[in-house]
Amino acid sequence: MRVQLLKICHARSGDKGDSANIGLIARKEKYYPLIEKVVTSERVKAHFEGIAFGKVERYEMPNLWALNFVLHQALGGGGTRSLKNDAQGKTLGAALLRMEIEIDEAMLEEEGTHHV
Amino acid sequence: MKSSIRIASGQGFWGDLQTAPLDQVSKGPLDYIMMDFLAEVTMSIMQKQKRRNPEAGYAKDLIGYIDQILPLCVERKIKIITNGGGANPEACAEAIVHLAEKKGITGLTIGIVSGDDILPRLDALREEGHALANMESGEELEPVKQRILSANVYFGAWPIVEALGLGADIVVTGRTTDTGLTLAPMIHEFGWKADDWDKLASGTVAGHILECGGQASGGNFSGDWRSVPNLAHLGFPIAEAYPNGDVVITKHEKTGGLVSLQTVKEQLLYEIGDPRTYITPDCIADFTTIQLADDGPHRVRMSSVKGKPATEFLKVSMAYLDGYTAIGTVTYCWPDALEKAKAADQIVRTRLAEQGLTFEEIRTEFVGFNSSHGPLAVTHGDCNEVVLRIGVRDHNHKAVESFTKELAPLILTGPPGATGFAGGRPKAKEVVAYWPALIAKGVVRPSVTVRKV
Repeated sequence: MRVQLLKICHARSGDKGDSANIGLIARKEKYYPLIEKVVTSERVKAHFEGIAFGKVERYEMPNLWALNFVLHQALGGGGTRSLKNDAQGKTLGAALLRMEIEIDEAMLEEEGTHHV
Repeated sequence: MKSSIRIASGQGFWGDLQTAPLDQVSKGPLDYIMMDFLAEVTMSIMQKQKRRNPEAGYAKDLIGYIDQILPLCVERKIKIITNGGGANPEACAEAIVHLAEKKGITGLTIGIVSGDDILPRLDALREEGHALANMESGEELEPVKQRILSANVYFGAWPIVEALGLGADIVVTGRTTDTGLTLAPMIHEFGWKADDWDKLASGTVAGHILECGGQASGGNFSGDWRSVPNLAHLGFPIAEAYPNGDVVITKHEKTGGLVSLQTVKEQLLYEIGDPRTYITPDCIADFTTIQLADDGPHRVRMSSVKGKPATEFLKVSMAYLDGYTAIGTVTYCWPDALEKAKAADQIVRTRLAEQGLTFEEIRTEFVGFNSSHGPLAVTHGDCNEVVLRIGVRDHNHKAVESFTKELAPLILTGPPGATGFAGGRPKAKEVVAYWPALIAKGVVRPSVTVRKV
């Protein structure tokens, strides 16, 4: 079945100059191998088309069940130069949680519908 | 040696929660309180204040906080460490001395860490061959040199350790790394050595967790945010540090908020790049080695952190003027809110073009529709209301000024249902851009002094 990442992950994002970083964290350990497999830097780059204009780097942190993405040229110049309402990329973590992925229904079984 | 020390975060940025410092020193046991005031553009604001008044240029809020917490800190032997000295740590220390005298508090030692300001030495440093090229873009400094407002190196924990060694009860610094404020008391209390890389890395990671205040203890938590109790009385995080480098992240009992594996993880991932090389002046921390474990309610134990030797460089942070921006908003109501806001945007752009006004960038966002998620935003029928938000940026101040006059006329000359203009015209603001660079360690030395009251 298809679910949004919101269902199995949480995220925090922030800025460094004109780059944004997004920490994507699996809600449970069992979801980490799945996100590591499917949430690739290429997919994230495509997801943020029209928002992030530079390269997207991905770093794996299995110890925290997390992936860290660095999105270059994502903040309209960054800092006080940026004309964006979200000049610091605070909302980009939530934007990544909109991404839909395919997941085995059995894996989700014990989850409530709370996060849909 | 103490078997453990408790270091509290009292402030995550200049303008953070005003009740936090007093809550931290009054609501439970504590050995140190650290307060971070400096973001990347903060130093340039403080430098400007100092130019106008030689006794200004530090975080004035800090004096108010010290006024509140000093009696309790003296009574409970809690030490205060802060980079709120900003562009003028000496004047900040002077204000604290006055405050202590006024309150009749004596026997106090105040440590001052300065020497981070290299603005007066910039030409000399460049003549000596320190290029100070932009470490991200590689650009040469020359074209922006005349527009530099502030230039500071980031010192790490060691100058603070020196001040604590001289008996300081309060340490006031200029541009010190946020993480150094938390690491320093661990080095001081546990006698860690300059090459105890793993322990220094652990203290650095603890500093990273504490440096954004409530963001580690339930604030801005994107997991099950509804599950965070009592955000109105959010307890700021506390690092309970042990001599072997282990750190328990916690908060005072009977405060709001949440310290959990999830809240700590979110903060660990905040504003980092390559997690294997988190670089500070004190060490390089490897975030992929961090082990977290549940240690009871509102307690997360961190262990096993690995570190590597520090680099041979200090980071330099410069701020320079780089043109002007102005951003204005107009609100459009139902019906057809989004369509009307889009029409209004076109009207403004037509009028600007006919006056021959062009800009390096003009950007339109529709708040309530797409300002956060841009092309990823989805519509759910007709919006109840939309805020049209137009911004321009240019080096030509006059052009930016002209733009500020183009929004108000929309109220009477554009689509219907426009409101929200009571604040008047938007203001043209200076762009203060950020120039990061590196300089060899040893070229810039910290100055550590103490004053006694």
